[in-house]
Parts: sequence; C-alpha cells; structure tokens
Amino acid sequence: MKNNNCSKKLWYIKKNWQLYIFFLMPAVILTFIFKYIPMGGILIAFKDYNSLKGIWGSDWVGLKYFERFISSPDFFRYLINTLKLSLFGLLWGFPVPILLALILNRIRQEGIKRKIQLLIYLPNFISVIILCGMVKIFLSPVGPINSLFGTSTDFMSMPEAFRTIYIASGIWQGAGWGSILYTAALANSSQELIEAAIVDGANIFQQIWHVDLSAIKNVIVIQFILQAGNIMSIGFEKAYALQTDMNIPSSEILATYVYKIGLLSGDYGFSTAVGLFNSIINVVLLVFVNEIVSKLNEGQGI
Amino acid sequence: MGIRKKSFADSLFYVVGYLMLGIFTLAIIFPIFYVIIASFMDPTVLQNKGISFDFSNWSTDAYRRVLENRMIWVGFKNSIIYSVAFSVVSVGITVLAAYPMSKKDLIGKKIFNAFFVITMFFGGGLVPTYLLISDLKMLDTIWAVILPNAFNVWNMILARTYYQSIPTELREASAIDGASELVYFFKILFPVCKPIVLVLVLYQFVGMWNSYFDPMIYLSDANMQPLQLVLRSILIQNTPEPGMVSDITGFAEMSKIAELLKYSTIVVSSIPLLIMYPFFQKYFEKGIMVGSIKG
Repeated sequence: MKNNNCSKKLWYIKKNWQLYIFFLMPAVILTFIFKYIPMGGILIAFKDYNSLKGIWGSDWVGLKYFERFISSPDFFRYLINTLKLSLFGLLWGFPVPILLALILNRIRQEGIKRKIQLLIYLPNFISVIILCGMVKIFLSPVGPINSLFGTSTDFMSMPEAFRTIYIASGIWQGAGWGSILYTAALANSSQELIEAAIVDGANIFQQIWHVDLSAIKNVIVIQFILQAGNIMSIGFEKAYALQTDMNIPSSEILATYVYKIGLLSGDYGFSTAVGLFNSIINVVLLVFVNEIVSKLNEGQGI
Repeated sequence: MGIRKKSFADSLFYVVGYLMLGIFTLAIIFPIFYVIIASFMDPTVLQNKGISFDFSNWSTDAYRRVLENRMIWVGFKNSIIYSVAFSVVSVGITVLAAYPMSKKDLIGKKIFNAFFVITMFFGGGLVPTYLLISDLKMLDTIWAVILPNAFNVWNMILARTYYQSIPTELREASAIDGASELVYFFKILFPVCKPIVLVLVLYQFVGMWNSYFDPMIYLSDANMQPLQLVLRSILIQNTPEPGMVSDITGFAEMSKIAELLKYSTIVVSSIPLLIMYPFFQKYFEKGIMVGSIKG
C-alpha cells in the first residue's frame, strides 16, 4: 500500500517534471542562496569572526556577544527607542486611515471623492529620501515652519522632537494609502442597512457606529494585529535618513545600531548577535499574534 | 435620503469631517506646492522673505545647475537600469513559482510553501547577508541589488491567489489537446493574468526606484549609484555634487545655493513619478485588493 503510494508520487513528479524544474527551481535556488545560507551565517553571533578563517573556521566564543549587549546600557536604550517609535507610531497612525475612510465614504459626489483619493494616495509613492529631504527643509532653522512662527528652532537636532517628526511624516505619507482597504470594505457594506438605520431615525454618528464600523470591524482587527506583530521590524531607511548627530539619543533604533556596529565598525559578531535577538523577538511576537488572529477568526491563522 | 431633514448631528459630522479631510488634503498639497514654487526663487529672497509670487525674481538658475550636473543623470540612468532589470527578473521568477504553488494536487506543496514562507518571518540578518554577497564577489555589481530580493514570497502569494481564480477547466481542456504545463502557462494562463503581472511589475519597479539601503551597502562605486543615493548626498547629507556649486565663492552664498538646489533636485527627481502616477495609481489600488482577499 505504502509502496504503491510512493510510486504514484514518483509517477506524478516524473509526469510533471516541468513544474519542478522549470517553474519552481529558480525561486528555490534564489531562496536557498540568499535566505538560507545567511541563516547559517548567524553562527557568526557565537564566533570570533576572522575573514581569513571564514565562518566555519573561526573560533567559538559562546554567548560572549549576548552577554556584552545585555549588560550594555546603550542596548536597552536602543531597544526602548525601537519599541517606543513603533508603539507610538501604531497608536497615532492607526486611527487616521479609518477616520479618512469613514469621511470619504460619506462624500456623495463621486468625482470629488476620486480627486481627493488620487491626491491623498500620492505621498505613498514619494521615496524615503525625498520625504526626509522635505522634512529637513521644512524644519530647518531657516525653513518655512520657523519663519512662520518667527523662531529659529533646529528641530532636527532635538532628541525630543524626533519621534513626533518620524510619526507625523509617516502619517502624512501613509495614512491616505492606508485608507484604501477600509474604503473598499465600506463600499461593500450593505446600503440597505444604512437606509434601514435612516428610517429608524438614526443620526449620522449612530449610522457610522452601528453600520459602517461593524462593516469594517474585521478589517480593523486584522490590520491592527498585523501591524502590532510588526513592531520589532520597524524599518531602517527612514530612521537612518532622519538621524542627525544630535538626535541620536532618541533616533538610534536596533536596525540602525546593527548597521553601524556591523558594517561601519566591522564588529560582525556583535552586530549579528543584536540582529538575531531582534528577529527572535519578532518571530515570538508574530507567532503570538497569529494565535490571537486564529482565535478571533475561528481557527484560521494568517 | 431626501425625505428627512438634516439633523444637527448630521451637520456637525459634515462640518467636522470635511474640515478634517480638508486639512489633511491641504497638508499634502501645501508642501508639494511650496517646494515647486521655492525651486524657482532667488536664494536670498527665499531665505529672507520666504516664497513669493513676484515673478520678476524667479529664475531657473537652480534647474540649470541640477540639470547640468553629471551625477544626476548617472543616477537616473542607473535607477532606470536597476528598476527595469529588477522588475523583469523578480516578477518573472515570482509568477513562474506561483503557478505550481496554485495547483491543489502538487506533491511537495506543503514543503515548498514552508520553505518559502519561513523566509518572510526569519532571516540571517544584515551581516551574514553582506558577507555572503561579498563572498560571491557581487559587491559593486548590479546583481547585489537585484538577486537577493528577486523572489518575493508575498508577491508569489498574490499571483497564486489570482491563478486560483482562473477555472481549472482551462487547464484540463488544454491537457486534452496535449499542451504541456509550459505551453499552457505561456499560451493561455499568462495572457489571462496580465492584470496581476502588471501590478507586480509596478510594485517592484517603484520599490526598487525608491530604495536606498541595499545600493548604499553594496554599491560603493560612485558611477553605479542610483538616483536615491545621489539625492541622499544632496538632501540628507547637505553635500551638493561638486560641479553644482563650483563657480560660487563665499561660504554664505554657497550654503544658500545649496539650500535652493534641494528644491530643484526634489522637483527634477519627482517629475517621472508625477507624470506616471495617474496612470499606475489604479493598478496599485487593484493590487491591494487582490492582497486583501487572502490577507
């Protein structure tokens, strides 16, 4: 029986060899080389890496790097910075797209609605460098914001301003685009329910609360959980582009720290150890989040 | 709708809601508008008085300086090469892999799926990847920015979802006619799936066009740098390309010009995007929708 099953499988593979060789092979090879081999390279985190000896030949140092960063006050500051930046970003940034979608949904003139959408989606396509360049221009001591208030504050050098700048510019860039999913869910919600609510004398807030919000409730929950699962994987590019020597106390996050000690200072082992720690927290978070989603979603994970 | 008179609550909603939407929209228009106007101004007037609509002061000097600079054009050229090459290679590999993964009866499907999906959540990290690229002698070559992220698991899932919406009868009928999987894919499935392919191409193109991290760490040769790295030195590091300000003497004058150059650089580098945007915007929206069905 088992043998029969096996030969059946072999027959299938033989018959459909094109599927494996032609369609899947390129993706498998690329994934193996560029994703799995670096996973093996994580060994560097436990070794005294020497480029002449290679990864395998280098001497083991055990948990030296982990002990070093766990006992370093800098590391905890950067961990806290990372968490604060993404948590506050989530807290402030999350409701804005929902609000935008709820308001847009009430615009009856299709033409105007389309024009506004076209406009608020636009910043999503501006590159990180241009966005940060614009932020720096607008906030410079001689820039328009300062001349508007007649001051000359150098916002970019203030550690206490960094998070606000980062989060506000993130909302500016991403909130419009983020509203698409909600707008789509609202468009699919039943017009009859709204009409029934109106007949029942519900005012617009009651309609939104009982009809619109319940129509997009699932999307909101899924989006929130997905974003919450990503709080440790906050990107390198924007934080690094907004960094100045002066705002480092709040702008240094784990991703930029890993880059600096690894590639700029050449401390490969230590950098890999910090990166590994970061991705482990991330995986734990994601597994946890996936559990919650499947509980809410009647057994279906992401 | 028209039967009922608008209540106070309704009016409140419309006033507050439209106000909020208006402020948000203005907050997006204003900076873009400001940058465009400022790029035409005289640097001294701009610094002392801000933007003005006194056209007599306007000049295209800043544009001349940016457009005459070689590095901007090198950046444009490299960005176009990298983005075109990346989107072709990446989407090619991704839509191919998505096809077997869309089949219900593929043997080994679970294994392949796990093999791919794990990489979405866990990776080697910066240093091991960098050392690999360096060992493969790919530093300062176009391959370093193209190959490592060419296969995109998320895009594969999008393409797979799209294939699954195509009736399997199509494959069965073609199999009766003796068409192999290859023939079926290229002659029948691929033409039907053009919308999703276009969406993925645009995603990958814009993603590569806007990225700067990979080029920054893998390409140190100035002649290989994409536009974003040229912009980075002008906008973020405050160092205009040498040729742009070589005729200026005096530090104060130079820093004013350098400031003005930022505006014109932003405009020049955004023009391709602004021209294309109305055309590709709706495809991106479509892409998000395909993704949300599964996600």
